[in-house]
Amino acid sequence: MSLTELTIADAAAGLRKRAFSAVELVRAHTDAIGALNPRLNAYITPTSDAALEAAAHADAALARDEAKPLTGIPLGIKDLFCTTGVRTTAASNILKNFVPPYESTVTANLLRDGAVFVGKTNLDEFAMGSANITSAFGPVENPWKRKGEADTVLVPGGSSGGSAAAVAAGLAMGATGTDTGGSIRQPAAYCGIVGLKPTYGRCSRFGTIAYASSLDQAGPMARSVRDCAIMLQSMAGFDPRDSTSVDRDVPDYSAAIGRSLKGLKVGIPREYRAEGLSAEIGAAWQQGIEWLRAAGCEIVDVSLPHTKYGLATYYIVAPAECSSNLARYDGLRFGERVEGQTLDAMYEATRRAGFGPEVRRRIMMGTYVLSAGYYDAYYLKAQKVRTLIRRDFTECFQQVDVLLTPTAPTPAFAQGEQSDDPVQMYLNDIFTVPASMAGMPAMSVPVGLGDTGLPLGLQLIGRPFDEETLLAAGSALESAAGFTHRPAIRAEGAK
Amino acid sequence: MSYTIEGKTGTWEIVVGLEVHAQIISHSKLFSGASASYGGEPNTHVSLVDAGFPGMLPVLNRECVAQAVRTGLGLRARINLESRFDRKNYFYADLPTGYQISQFTHPIVGEGTVEIELADGTVRHIGITRLHIEQDAGKSMHDQDPARSFIDLNRAGVALMEIVSEPDIRNPEEAGAYLRKLRQILRYLGTCDGNMEEGSMRADVNVSVRKAGEPFRTRCEIKNVNSIRYVMHAIEVEAARQVEVWEDGGEVDQETRLFDPARNETRSLRSKEDAHDYRYFPDPDLLPLVVEQEWVDELERALPELPDDKRDRFIRQYGIPRYDASVLVAEQAIADYYEEVAKGRDARLAANWVTGDLFGALNRTGRTIQDSPISAQALGGMLDLMADKTINGKIAKEVFEDMLETGDSAADIVERKGLKQVTDTGAIDAAVADVLARNADKVEEYRGGKDRLFGFFVGQVMKAMAGKANPAIVNEALKKVL
Repeated sequence: MSLTELTIADAAAGLRKRAFSAVELVRAHTDAIGALNPRLNAYITPTSDAALEAAAHADAALARDEAKPLTGIPLGIKDLFCTTGVRTTAASNILKNFVPPYESTVTANLLRDGAVFVGKTNLDEFAMGSANITSAFGPVENPWKRKGEADTVLVPGGSSGGSAAAVAAGLAMGATGTDTGGSIRQPAAYCGIVGLKPTYGRCSRFGTIAYASSLDQAGPMARSVRDCAIMLQSMAGFDPRDSTSVDRDVPDYSAAIGRSLKGLKVGIPREYRAEGLSAEIGAAWQQGIEWLRAAGCEIVDVSLPHTKYGLATYYIVAPAECSSNLARYDGLRFGERVEGQTLDAMYEATRRAGFGPEVRRRIMMGTYVLSAGYYDAYYLKAQKVRTLIRRDFTECFQQVDVLLTPTAPTPAFAQGEQSDDPVQMYLNDIFTVPASMAGMPAMSVPVGLGDTGLPLGLQLIGRPFDEETLLAAGSALESAAGFTHRPAIRAEGAK
Repeated sequence: MSYTIEGKTGTWEIVVGLEVHAQIISHSKLFSGASASYGGEPNTHVSLVDAGFPGMLPVLNRECVAQAVRTGLGLRARINLESRFDRKNYFYADLPTGYQISQFTHPIVGEGTVEIELADGTVRHIGITRLHIEQDAGKSMHDQDPARSFIDLNRAGVALMEIVSEPDIRNPEEAGAYLRKLRQILRYLGTCDGNMEEGSMRADVNVSVRKAGEPFRTRCEIKNVNSIRYVMHAIEVEAARQVEVWEDGGEVDQETRLFDPARNETRSLRSKEDAHDYRYFPDPDLLPLVVEQEWVDELERALPELPDDKRDRFIRQYGIPRYDASVLVAEQAIADYYEEVAKGRDARLAANWVTGDLFGALNRTGRTIQDSPISAQALGGMLDLMADKTINGKIAKEVFEDMLETGDSAADIVERKGLKQVTDTGAIDAAVADVLARNADKVEEYRGGKDRLFGFFVGQVMKAMAGKANPAIVNEALKKVL
């Protein structure tokens, strides 16, 4: 099997058995990036030279029997995580030359555990988007193709579209993502990989460029549930530099893989049978229910009555926070500056040149909903609804242990198919947003291919800090589905 | 004391409320580990958090919270066990993140009160509306370059307390007394150095005027006044301006104004229409601030004695007049000095010497109590010599001046100058006889009924004995002979 097709778990074992070296493993990926990235545009900044150097160190550590959990494993890093000495752009013109002198906690944790970073992956600008088409560095191409449509370019989902495409195509064994309203789960579903958004507070936000602080959460994206568990093991943990990170032990996530599901209560929220849910996704969902039932789960119909307000609430809260979070990009201390005759003129010119249309739209929405006279009607109301959404989940989890839903209403769509209407685009997040609003952990697992040959994902939503049940149920779905399909464009085929 | 403005249409009353920004004494800033100390080369006390770099997050400095709670307790105010941080959004070059972290809807300290005392002895209570914690901004420097402005972020992120008073103040004197009292409390608590020149304490002054019995009229806010004297002037001129506007048939606009001390006037800075919309909302990077009652109690137990309590104790314990007690508690160091001097001695006499001769000397030499040329022990030593009648009050003045100049102890000076009081009745009797013999005419007059000549004889005897005679013995000897 090609080195770019291995799982992290297998690669780690192979490295320890000296089946191949870290340099070989990493080179397979940097070569794949060299060959495919010009087309996929999954990476904004490949860091092949540094990666090969790190791989040599990894081999030395392996030779000394000092390997750590991720020693020599090539990972892609969403370009929202600040990385010391490596350009970090948030896919925005305003940061196109920004090189942070500091490391985010999540990437520092991965480095501590031996990971090798092969590059910074593309994303929607400042993580705002669901198709990875708002990046200032150009859109990402989904490596999957519809049956018989080799020339149609599909979107990888967003905002972690570069990470999803890179992992799917074999340009990384795993990648970090961030999820604010679905930005890990939806692209994972579109690209046929596993994506886990942990509980809010599980991974530190320190050093990750903020979009909406009360929602942003980093998580792993990989080709297997176990790989996500391995990555999360490193990424998670309390960080005193993030006041919202939670001081709580990190359990052994891998131990949850394959755990018996006998007696596990799985809730099926009726509100997710929404309009616009495609028949193929509906069928996949039904299949998922049957698999879990067969694995010993008890299936329970449940209700999350405030689900219908999730998206509207999200598009008040997230823009409100982003309008404030992005105020620091003013051209004064770092990032790009466009000179002006007055301070205000400089601000306007800098931010007009620096931000793309979707970012500007969300800043304007956020500014509006926080304005005097509108605050109560929008922001305050949204916060109240958010409390109700959270309560829905809390009550639900008194009856069941985990929820099973579709990840997105449709499989990946083509570039241009949905992009002229922002509201249509926002609907992609309809199933992922509620768990984000409630801070619950959620994971997307690929369960099969749809009518057009594109991967379909199902979402598991768990109790706060119960990522283990997600991993257990997710691994059951994974084995039942036996999902081994690979995208049309992938490293192995390119060589 | 009532202070009013006589206008063309009648008598106007002034209504004033003060918002005081007090820089919290702490090692590091409110949300970062950078040094909060004053001074330093520009941009040397700046962390990545202060500079608002991408992905940087605030982490609350608990010591700043403790300082705010101490201050709240010192203002006899309610401590809110749960409070919250909000973002106040506006763009400015010295505000790196584009928002100031403050407490808008849920401050850490609620209602309290400050007792003030006026020159005529009137005591008033000024209500405290709230106290909240917030970050300071950086400093814009427009005078360093002809074309550009420079920014110093040393101050950015330093912790401030904003202390808001009720509109209970009715005249400039009360405003001055309130600010002095507030500063005194802050300094006692060690929560703010109260240094208005360095900007560690600044005041925004809200002023309106009204006819007696009316509800409040529109107020103007005079921003960033940086001395107590200026606050008093600003109130005076702003109130006069408003009376004139109303009496000329105009309307006072709610606006922000600046006080120009050089021209002794206030000028409009921005009107209500141009007022910022700060788009306050809870800071999602910070959890609600929860403090335990137990911790508050612990802080309360560790509080120093506050000025009002100390004053009352001085009156009780030392039997000194309220005025003297107030003067002595003005600063912690003065109070400590006084107590050292008064310990085991005549406390009233000690108060007289400290508030009289010592303060006079400090004023004259431009020194403070901390670097007083006469230590409390030294002054106490002098009082001891008076108590055991080694010297009398008159000689004491001379000894005091010598101590001031030489730093020698009173005992050494008395020894060196031979100032020891004469209690030898033989010597005194001789001097009395001599004085009476030389002033036979005055003795006649005295005996003829001119009682007040007695003082003259005392003076003459003292003079003859170079001031060293014990006045009581002189009196007695004179009475006997006369």
